[in-house]
Amino acid sequence: MLKQTPLNATHRELGAKMVDFGGWDMPVNYGSQIEEHHTVRSGCGLFDVSHMLPLDIRGANVRVFLRRLVANNVDKLQISGKALYSCMLNEAGGVIDDLIIYFMNETWFRLVVNAGTAEKDLAWMEKMNADWGMGLTLTPRRDLAMIAIQGPNATQALNEALPGVDQITANLKPFNAAAMGEMFIARTGYTGEDGFEVMVLAKSAPFFWKALMEAGGKPIGLGARDTLRLEAGMNLYGQDMDETTSPLESGLAWTVDLKTERDFVGRAALEKSEVTQQLAGLVLLDKGVLRSHQKIHTKNGHGEITSGTFSPTLQQSIALARIPLGIAPGEEVEVDIRDKKLKAKVVKYPFVRNGKVLI
Amino acid sequence: MNIPANLKYTPSHEWVRVEADGTLTVGITHHAQDLLGDMVFIETPAAGRTLAKGEECAVVESVKAASDVYAPVAGEVIAANGDVEASPESVNQDAYSAWMFKMKPANPGDVNELLDAAAYQKLVESEAH
Repeated sequence: MLKQTPLNATHRELGAKMVDFGGWDMPVNYGSQIEEHHTVRSGCGLFDVSHMLPLDIRGANVRVFLRRLVANNVDKLQISGKALYSCMLNEAGGVIDDLIIYFMNETWFRLVVNAGTAEKDLAWMEKMNADWGMGLTLTPRRDLAMIAIQGPNATQALNEALPGVDQITANLKPFNAAAMGEMFIARTGYTGEDGFEVMVLAKSAPFFWKALMEAGGKPIGLGARDTLRLEAGMNLYGQDMDETTSPLESGLAWTVDLKTERDFVGRAALEKSEVTQQLAGLVLLDKGVLRSHQKIHTKNGHGEITSGTFSPTLQQSIALARIPLGIAPGEEVEVDIRDKKLKAKVVKYPFVRNGKVLI
Repeated sequence: MNIPANLKYTPSHEWVRVEADGTLTVGITHHAQDLLGDMVFIETPAAGRTLAKGEECAVVESVKAASDVYAPVAGEVIAANGDVEASPESVNQDAYSAWMFKMKPANPGDVNELLDAAAYQKLVESEAH
């Protein structure tokens, strides 16, 4: 039996093509995935991301706990509502999950973790909570739905759908959140466009979704979510990094704080490890489509594509790939696609941000 | 479901039109393009290539996934459709006019082993459950 979000019936009414997405019955598209992609780059798209899990951590020691738990430094969070992207590592320095941490106050932080890793994450956090004697309360918020509103017209659509919210959206900076009654409004996303991720009580989600559609938002499936995030150069857990890979070889060194003395799980392993690979952007020069697990040949040895797709914005295939160090942007590599070796160029990513091509 | 009665079908979701001269025109079904989604890349076989029945001979790639196209019967490729390579989305627009290749069957009688529309419909329905 697949798990359903509070918007399941809404998706079906809209004629979505539903798929098994890691045990969740989710919309992959509502028609054309490519049209949905362009809608987010030029207008306003709505995504049901309620399969992801909001998790409230409360208690006196919550900051102390998070300092040890995650690789980024929660001491960067000093203003209420500020968000931080981080990896949670195991002792070997592998990535258990990537997550967003919102600082609300000194006894309440809210985390949002991936759907597929939610149970594992929760078990790990509860174990650390007990092992370290932190005495914190961890509350999974399955009573909340989460809707992402993304694109240049996102603010306008949200303001129109939710009277009064303009007081918040007018002052909400990127990577900040604010609570409005039971609602939680974050200026975050996974598309490379301006926009919001809004949490609402599950029972209110269908009504809120319809109001957003009446305000010009178009439903977008998880298919376009993947091409949008890849163009934006954002990692996907389970593809671009996992428990066996180091964040330092996954394009995530910027999220690992090694500057302070702070001890965190995985730090010792990372400091002992030798970094030999990098995550790089690729653009296919020949015709075809790059896909995950295709083998790459470089002058410094082999690599592998971690995420590949056809980019609707660039109209050519792009990828993230783990390749040896020492291969610089501008260099050409070869990719095994079926029985051919096709040419690809290494580029600095992101590929697209705020509707503009950056490569 | 869009399954024209005048065509033949394979269990791997190709459609086959038997022309008056006995040659075959081959494409992928409406159901197949619907499963794959927006097409972005198509590679057709070269004219003159000899195919065994079931041999991988063309590739269709959507944003989502790559899929092989298989020879419905043994024979020789006599033409490939350059237009679908140039405009992969034409397969989404009308799967039954966006043919991939034409072939001359090695044994004209082999087409009788292909599925008719009713049998193909049954197959698609069974795969949906």
